[in-house]
Formats: sequence, C-alpha cells, structure tokens
Amino acid sequence: MHQESAIREPLILGEKSYSDITNDVLKPIVGKADRSWYIVFGLASVMALWGIGCILYLLGTGIGTWGLNKTVGWAWDITNFVWWVGIGHAGTLISAVLLLFRQKWRMAINRSAEAMTIFAVMMAAVWPGIHMGRIWLAYFVFPLPNQFGSLWVNFNSPLLWDVFAISTYFSVSLVFWYIGLIPDFATIRDKVTQTVPKKVYGLLAFGWSGNAKAWNRFEEISLVLAGLATPLVFSVHSIVSMDFATSVIPGWHTTIFPPYFVAGAVFSGFAMVNTLLIVMRKVLNLENYIHVKHIEYMNIVIIVTGSIVGVAYLTELFISWYSGVEYESYAFINRATGPYWWAYWAMMTCNVISPQVFWFKKLRTNITFTFFMSIVVNIGMWFERFVIIVTSLHRDYLPSSWTMFHPTFIDIGCFIGTIGIFFVLFLLFARFFPVLALNELKSILKSSGEAYKKQSLEH
Amino acid sequence: MADKVIYATYDDEQVLLEGAKDLVSKGIYIRDVYSPFPIHGLDPVIGVKHTRIAITAFIYGLIGLSLAIYGMYFFMIQDWPMNIGGKPNFTLVDNLPAFIPIAFEFTVLLAAHGMALTYFLRNWTLPGVKARNPYPETTDDKFVMELHLHDNHDQSESELEEMLKTTGTIRIEAR
Repeated sequence: MHQESAIREPLILGEKSYSDITNDVLKPIVGKADRSWYIVFGLASVMALWGIGCILYLLGTGIGTWGLNKTVGWAWDITNFVWWVGIGHAGTLISAVLLLFRQKWRMAINRSAEAMTIFAVMMAAVWPGIHMGRIWLAYFVFPLPNQFGSLWVNFNSPLLWDVFAISTYFSVSLVFWYIGLIPDFATIRDKVTQTVPKKVYGLLAFGWSGNAKAWNRFEEISLVLAGLATPLVFSVHSIVSMDFATSVIPGWHTTIFPPYFVAGAVFSGFAMVNTLLIVMRKVLNLENYIHVKHIEYMNIVIIVTGSIVGVAYLTELFISWYSGVEYESYAFINRATGPYWWAYWAMMTCNVISPQVFWFKKLRTNITFTFFMSIVVNIGMWFERFVIIVTSLHRDYLPSSWTMFHPTFIDIGCFIGTIGIFFVLFLLFARFFPVLALNELKSILKSSGEAYKKQSLEH
Repeated sequence: MADKVIYATYDDEQVLLEGAKDLVSKGIYIRDVYSPFPIHGLDPVIGVKHTRIAITAFIYGLIGLSLAIYGMYFFMIQDWPMNIGGKPNFTLVDNLPAFIPIAFEFTVLLAAHGMALTYFLRNWTLPGVKARNPYPETTDDKFVMELHLHDNHDQSESELEEMLKTTGTIRIEAR
C-alpha cells in the first residue's frame, strides 16, 4: 500500500470508515433537501426563465434587440461566451492535469468541478448559437455536402476551429465525467431502497459490478482520458483566443493571446470552483472532505495564474509601445484612459492586484475571505473580456464612426439567464448526483485519512 | 455436476490481498474479486492481465487524424479551393498550418470516444444491463472473492471453505 508521511496534512478529516464516506455523500440524495436548497433553486429558476424569455424574444425579433451597432459588432455576447468557456476550464484541469501529477487533493473536488465545467461549456455554447440570429440553421457550422445549398465551411477560419474545439471539449469532458460517475451510481443503486430511485440509478449505473478486470480498465481509461484531455484543455482556450489573435484589429492581433487566455481561463475557473464549493461543503455538510487545505491549494493556483495574467497584461502594454505601431499603442492608451477606463481599471484591480493578497497564509486559509475573493476574480475576468472586445472595437480606424456600446434590457436578460440556467443545473447535480468521487476518495482514505495517519504515527 | 460458487467477504482490502496471495500460492484459482474501489497490486496476484484499451485509443486517434487530414484536403484543396486573401493555400502542404487545430481536435475526439465505447462494450456496462456483483455491499465497503468449484478440481467444497477461513474472511457463502 502507498504510504504517505504523517507530517503532510490529512485530506479526509475525522474518524471515517468506507461506509461513512458513502453515507456522508449519499445523505442529500437519500434524504429530503432543506429549505435553503428550495429557496436558491427557486431564485435560479426565476433567473433562468427570465433569460429564456429574453432569448426567445431575441430569436423571434433579431440581433437588433442587443445593443450592437456598426462599430461594436461583438460585445456582451462574445464576452459572455469567452467568460463561460474560461470558467469551464478548471474542471478538466483539476480532473486531468492534477490526475497526471498524482495530486490527491483533487479527489474531493474533481466531480463537482467537472460538473461545473460541463454546465459552463453548455452556457458558453448558447452565445455563439444565439448570436447566429437564425439558430435553426446552426447545423451549417458543420461540413455538409454542397447539396445543402452552400459551400464547405472554411477550415482556415478560427471560428470553425472553435466549433471543433468546443464540441470536442464538451463531449470528451462529458464522457470523462460519466465514466467516473458510473461506479458511484452503482453505489447509490445498491444503497437506496425506494423502487423508482433504485430503477433510475440502476439504469444510470450501466450494470456496473466492480469486478477486478473492470477496475483495471477503469484506471487505465481514466489515465488515458486524462492524458488526452490535458492538451485538449490548453488547445481549447488557445483556439478561442485565436478568434481574436488572427484578426487585424489593434489590441487583438497579439501572439501572447493563447497562453494569456489559458492562464486567465484557469484563473477564473478556480475562482468559480471556490465560489461553488465553499457554499456546497456547508450546505451538504462535507466539511471533513473539502476543508481549508483544499481551499488553500486552490488559492495557490489562483495566485500563480493571476500573476501570469498580470505579467501578460503588462507585456502587451509594453509591446504596444515598443512595437512602434501607433494604432496598437492608441488601442492601449484608450483602454487605460479613454471612456472605458473604469472597465480597464476594474479588470486590473480584480485580476492583478487583489489576488496577490493570497501570499498571506492567514488570508488564503480564511474561507469567508476566499469566497469574497472568488467573486471579485469572476467579476474581474468578465471585465477582461469586455475590455478586450468592446474597447478595442469602439474606436476603430475611422474617428467618424467612433461610438460607445450600451447594453439593452435583452443583453442583460440573456446574461442573467445563463447564470440562472447554470445554477439550476448545478443545484440539480448537487441534489441528485454523488458530489464527491466516492470510489476515488475511498482509495485514498488509508493514505490520507486523519485517523489512519494518527495510527501510523503511533507505530 | 453443477458448478458451485463460493463467495468470501472481507471488510478490508489489505486482508483480502494477503489472503489472495496465500490462496494462489497454494494453487487455488480465484475467479474474480468485487470491490468498491480498485485494489492496487491485486491484478497480477489473481492473474488479471493488464488491459490493452490504451492501444485501442491510439488506433482510434490515428483514424481520427487521417480522417481529419483527408477530409480537409478534400474540402479545401480538391473539391472547392478558395482564394482567401491571396494566401498560398492551394496545396495540402501550404495549407497545413491552418489544418493543425482541427486535426488535433478530431484526433482527440475519436480517440476519447472510441476508447470510451470500447470500454463500455468490453466491460459490458451499458444502459439496462443487470449488475453482477453478488452482494450490494460490494459497492459500499465490502470486498468479495469469488471461487468456482469447477476451477479447483483438487479441492472439495469443504476444503476450500477451510482454506478461506484462515485468510481472515468475515463471511463465506456457497451458491
């Protein structure tokens, strides 16, 4: 058996046995939800319904109901798209990259982080979909034969690369998540007593029996999928950044974009994981599994990626001056001092300055403060995309067409709506799915459980 | 003679592993082990060969890569070449840099899904399949060893049960 030093902090607190882990995770599924779940679920549903209403109105009337104009042709829609895709990067990073690095602390958070990824990518996919205007023709993004009445799609276009990247990322993440869920659904199937839930979880468990050969294949497929998903994570946001980087708009066509976008995506994704898990561990009583150490590790990732993002901001600022291209330098001077200065400085404060407070151990191990910071980071990352997109566009080469972007009721409604749908999905997940990876947690109980560590210290 | 199956239950994976080593050294064949999580080091003891599923992933990946490259060659070079800003893109080699992202994504897509499908079929874990674990506790906190009388001709049922009792099992049941 793999032994771990007793000095290293335990990952599972308290005197837990294998069946305690099962019971703790299954409690919300077997029992009734508390009132707080219904209140939050109701609130999220109202937001979701409002958003769906706005989206339907948008589809019926047209993109003109957004605040877009001739100069600012991309605004909140693409901002929200990139923001959601970015959030969707933490889950696969946690489950794939940290698996390859054999980080045991990922076991407690990977399931819910992956769920978050999947729902966030779904919300991201909404935006290019509704931006098409005629969503019923969305299948035209796929290479269809000419009998459909159009030419082949352009494989030289980053927008098409995006179609392939996002759909591959979504479907591979979904499969990775589901393969991990199957043994845990089997646990629920064997544990619940009511007829209907037993049937449903039995169907979801695909008849998993947990025999030796199946586990052998399970471990191999998890490892190989992690190996495939790792470059995939990095490729997806690189390709999203190429939507901008391959254009000729000053402020967009910079070669630093791919690594800078990937770091930003991981940064915002971990912040969203913190937001969700700090609430979830409290509501579902999982404080023994997701505790201060896990949150501290995530805060360390936030400092690292936040600093990379900070360096990237300063580099592109420097290069805009050093390149000697006056349009490029104007784009950046306009960002910092033009009419959108408040968005630029909001981004700088939230993303570059504020995460640096996590160098203090007292602050990065303070759960309330971490929760507050996770919201700050998410606001900052939304502003980053807004700054890149809107401030680069609103003053183009022709001063007579300079303008501002004003979001309409529908812009705001659609955005709030995707947040609502995301929370509806996540709350349903937290209520009906095993929120911790039971089988993985059990396999680290003896090496990283508090009680077992104490025992090994005595011997 | 109908085959008889003996199930020996354990409440700790280390006890089962030591017991399995002991039994195998005495020439007993263990048909299978059911556990709530993978027991590391068990597979070589009970003779479970390492899976070849990773090789299938590689093959699916190669298929994906070739399909993507051929597809893009057909769409963009052969069937309907387009002049995009006068850039040199009229041969596959000229246009290859722009094809790399999709070639990569499609490789991953086919490798991951092909492997997942193979995994479901080889494990026979599909919607509607009935579970084969002998006790519901094996997905919670119990570990079960499965022995068949057919596999162990030299021992009688009672001899096998005697041997199992020395391995620290908490329950033996013959079905």
